[in-house]
Amino acid sequence: MFEVTPQPLDPQRAVAAVRRDRDGAVALFLGVVRDHNQGRRVLYLEYDAYPAMAVRKMEEVAAEVRARWPVDGVAILHRTGRLEIGEASLVVAVSSPHRKEAFEACAYAVDRVKQIVPIWKKEVWEGGEEWIEGSLVPVPEAAEPGP
Amino acid sequence: MRLTVKLFAVLHQVTGVRETAVDLPDGATVRDLARALWERYPGLREHARTTAYAVNAEYVPDSHPLHDGDEVALIPPVSGGAHV
Repeated sequence: MFEVTPQPLDPQRAVAAVRRDRDGAVALFLGVVRDHNQGRRVLYLEYDAYPAMAVRKMEEVAAEVRARWPVDGVAILHRTGRLEIGEASLVVAVSSPHRKEAFEACAYAVDRVKQIVPIWKKEVWEGGEEWIEGSLVPVPEAAEPGP
Repeated sequence: MRLTVKLFAVLHQVTGVRETAVDLPDGATVRDLARALWERYPGLREHARTTAYAVNAEYVPDSHPLHDGDEVALIPPVSGGAHV
């Protein structure tokens, strides 16, 4: 399950989507909006996204996870638009037969979402706002010139 | 060729547009498109060093050749999730 949506995120949907009867573990991560950053009191965040590409990159993150750990399901949900303090912007759920793999794979997936998925947040505080520049995306090398 | 260009986050903010069409001669690359966009929206130039490009939803180097109908996105550094 991979979604980019302006609607509030429901972590239980992600858990239900990834859990299989053979699984003993579902690792669930919520990224939530906090009320401060770098000494400023944050009022709210606003997320922009390139939804079609974001979903493709989420699928790529899941494929990377599967290549590294024996996991069953991977779900990644990201919200867009204005989010208030305490609301969830990101949900990642990973299931596997044992907890160690689920924890590791979930942490890896969260890191990769922040690195390659085309989503951006704007921080709004009293008297100002700023688009936060996080990770420079890794761009593939130019192909060898043809004949 | 005619291209559709999408602009996000800070690049949307500095240009005031989310999507625009650009006509370029055949054989143009992403780099040529970037130059054409800098002419039209000078505010993009100061972000050039940190802007990545995607063609039809895949990251590409700026030497990537473009084709009629391509959708090109200008991608500032991504910052999904909650705070780092």
